[in-house]
Amino acid sequence: MVTKTLNEPIKARQLKSDINPDWCPGCGDFGIVNAIQQALAGLQLPPWDVYFLSGVGCSGKSSHYVQAYGAHTLHGRVLPYALGAKMANPELTVLAAGGDGDGLGIGAGHFVHAGRRNVDMTYIIFDNEVYGLTKGQASPTLAQGEQPKSLPLPNINQAINPFGLALASGYTFIARTYSYDAKHMKATIMKAIQHRGMALVDIIQPCPTYNNLRTKEFFAEEVCGNSDTPLPRVYYLEDDGYDGVVKDASDTGEIHEKRMNAYQKAYSEQGYSADQRVGLGVYYQVNLPTYEDLLKQNFPVLEGTTPIGLSYHDEKMKPTTDLTSGWEALIV
Amino acid sequence: MGLKEINWMIGGPQGTGVDSSATLFARAMTVAGYWVFGKREYHSNIKGKHSYFQVRVNHNPVQSSLDPIDLLASFEKTTAEIHAHEIMAEGALIYDPASTKPETLDGLDASVKLFPMDFQSILNEIAEETGTNPMKLVIMKNTIAVAASLALYGVEIDAIEEALKGLFTGAKTKLVASNMLAAKKAYQVIEALSGFAEYKYKLAESKNPPAKGSRLLMNGATACGLGKLKAGCRFLTYYSITPAVDECIYLEDRPEYGIVVMQCEDELSAVNMMNGAATTGIRTSTATSGPGFSLMAEGIGWAGINEVPVVVFNYQRGGPSTGLPTRSEQGELLFAINIGHGEFPKIVMAPGDMYECFEDSFYSFNYADRYQTPVIVLPDKTLANNTQSIDFFDESKLVVDRGEVVSNQVKGDPMEKIDESLAIYPRFKITESGVSPRPLPGTPGGIHWLTGDEHTEIGHITEDPTIRMAMHEKRFRKLDLVAKEIPIDRQYKLYGPEKADLTLVSWGSIKGPIHDAMPVLKEKYGITVNHLHIRLMSPFPAKGVLDILKKAKNVVCIELNFTNQLSQLITMRTGFQIPHHAVKYTGRPISQCEVIETVQKILKEKTEKVVLSYGH
Repeated sequence: MVTKTLNEPIKARQLKSDINPDWCPGCGDFGIVNAIQQALAGLQLPPWDVYFLSGVGCSGKSSHYVQAYGAHTLHGRVLPYALGAKMANPELTVLAAGGDGDGLGIGAGHFVHAGRRNVDMTYIIFDNEVYGLTKGQASPTLAQGEQPKSLPLPNINQAINPFGLALASGYTFIARTYSYDAKHMKATIMKAIQHRGMALVDIIQPCPTYNNLRTKEFFAEEVCGNSDTPLPRVYYLEDDGYDGVVKDASDTGEIHEKRMNAYQKAYSEQGYSADQRVGLGVYYQVNLPTYEDLLKQNFPVLEGTTPIGLSYHDEKMKPTTDLTSGWEALIV
Repeated sequence: MGLKEINWMIGGPQGTGVDSSATLFARAMTVAGYWVFGKREYHSNIKGKHSYFQVRVNHNPVQSSLDPIDLLASFEKTTAEIHAHEIMAEGALIYDPASTKPETLDGLDASVKLFPMDFQSILNEIAEETGTNPMKLVIMKNTIAVAASLALYGVEIDAIEEALKGLFTGAKTKLVASNMLAAKKAYQVIEALSGFAEYKYKLAESKNPPAKGSRLLMNGATACGLGKLKAGCRFLTYYSITPAVDECIYLEDRPEYGIVVMQCEDELSAVNMMNGAATTGIRTSTATSGPGFSLMAEGIGWAGINEVPVVVFNYQRGGPSTGLPTRSEQGELLFAINIGHGEFPKIVMAPGDMYECFEDSFYSFNYADRYQTPVIVLPDKTLANNTQSIDFFDESKLVVDRGEVVSNQVKGDPMEKIDESLAIYPRFKITESGVSPRPLPGTPGGIHWLTGDEHTEIGHITEDPTIRMAMHEKRFRKLDLVAKEIPIDRQYKLYGPEKADLTLVSWGSIKGPIHDAMPVLKEKYGITVNHLHIRLMSPFPAKGVLDILKKAKNVVCIELNFTNQLSQLITMRTGFQIPHHAVKYTGRPISQCEVIETVQKILKEKTEKVVLSYGH
């Protein structure tokens, strides 16, 4: 993350690009993009050092609405794009965003392998359980047996638990927030950007057009969950005494315990259907060496510089790479 | 007396050191002052299946293989069983009498001299003298076979010592002495065998041998890798695949250059991670082969519509599907020039030898940057895996061209000029040349968007028909620039006399056997041929190629595929129909002998399509 001081504070409204989103009225995406702008302004990051990449689908358009360098990539491939950009130029603040289908369906392989590499970036999933842009097919987070109005038949596939998968893959920051809780979204995205490593933010959101089951009203309901008395469905983990942050990353016991707690928490809310509750906040966080740190161990020439910072030509554009060590093994 | 050229083969189960022994042989021959060309053939298998290496040694530079061999070195029976019939009259077979019975070998010419070598006894002797467990010395069978071969050819044993010193450096230096012990014993044993002195295929001493340390023992994968390093490629993505992985491992093994080599989870990740990195301005590339190239199609299209400079190396192998994963084919020419859905400009290059591998590898990055579009380089397995002694590459004329990059849009401190720094830049500005200056993320005042959708000048999605037309036309205008600016010699070249009995047209590795065959055809058969070597496949140099073809007396197109892909491309771009074709689709490379056979057939019998098939 770049730390430069701006002469005058950047305001969130300056981070709105000059085109208007074409999402359906009432879509959660508006709130999410707003929260991203709020978070970037909150951290006072120079927008020209921010690279916001998105996948394809409704959420894929979000990069166009933020006044920063943006790339609307391919369906399912936003993570490879973002990883490539961040590894090439670690001085950029890299944000990736995509839908649940983008990240856990077509891009599931990349989701797993991005976890294996603790690159310092943030990945935001717009999680509404449907493929909106193609008229509401079931996404990988839709629970088995559910049938939103857009589905001709009930869903007979099991749902992926994004956090179960993220924990198994090695994400070092895992948090959930909700598209109708602007303050919490902003704070969570800020935490994710500040986290040094691969951060996952799952944002649950209604799709007002195709998902008539996960509506604003649904999330506002009171349910019993594991208790005897009805409680608000959406709640803050910290209010429940849950703390997923590993305090001592050298303590493998603590890491194990926090990871298992996060698993349990994530699975107790799988599908957040029927009377299950939805906890918002940080499920798991640990500070471990980043991929960039580890690269420097393998590539001592990167100490004090970055891959893009390595020079390979002089002022006259003559290549300066000395191949002598390459030739040596080949000379006869 | 002696010969100017010999053709040697060693074989054995994969994983038993066949590669290393061929390298030792080639090094020793190079040290002794000769030029070599080594052909490597192997199965898609780690251990056990038959592999072989053929090394051609000549007084002059050579760049292709010959078919019949004069000496076959073996230490188990499969090699002799498969290749005995390839040994020419009065050639020789080195074999282990414990496993191989020459009388049972099919097709072994009666005049072939037999040299039984008791490998185990030699190993036992070494074990006793050095106090080593003989089981640990099995790998030395290779050194014994190589040394016995060199002895037969009349090469001094010093060459082996020199070659071993080059191979075993650092912690492995101690292996020089033990291997020399094996070599000495091999020389003693074979010199004592009957028929040694009379062996016909002895090499004449090389006249005016090149100075020591003046040449390189190179393969195409390494040449391409070195070209990438020189060009400043500092980010390489790949997913393991044969034969492209050779280049990736070569680069991964050289962290001193700072090239980050990313082993990705699949080729979708590899191509898109390269794209993402390229948008930041780093010079980046990916290397793959057939199946991986298929998976990369969508990503290459994204780079096309977003005008991102990327370099994709597709080391062609036998297809379709998994096909012949370790064999040679030029089956992806038409795929490469059309890869990806929809239409976008691509630059497609096909190097034909080690020098062109290095050169095209270097320039591919300049082209990608200058024309801001994907560059696809198409080596083939023959180029990638074959070994050749060559002169040093000429690095003196290389110049880096980064194209149009916007680096200082805001003068002064961007923090004090927020409005200017937040300003949007028309990354896809419609220009006359088609190339638009690109600001890189991190540049104040350069903000813009990239998208796989059709877009406006600042990169927002549009479906406006007028903008669509303007953008499509702008992107394609860049190809006119490519055609104008890339030197003709790097697009195509006519080798040999302007007037010839037959014009041979080819691409990629076929250049080698054609160039080796040309003087032989002239001197031995009185046939004059010339060679049109095509290197730039997209944009295709239609006019220049047509001019040459129209003047030609007769034309044949030679390729490693079934459907005459280059010939089809020529017809598509020029309207010219090549009357003769020679193709090979066994997955094995074309040899000098096959080129000669092809030319004779076409001139004598007017054969329309010659199908070649030599080699195991």
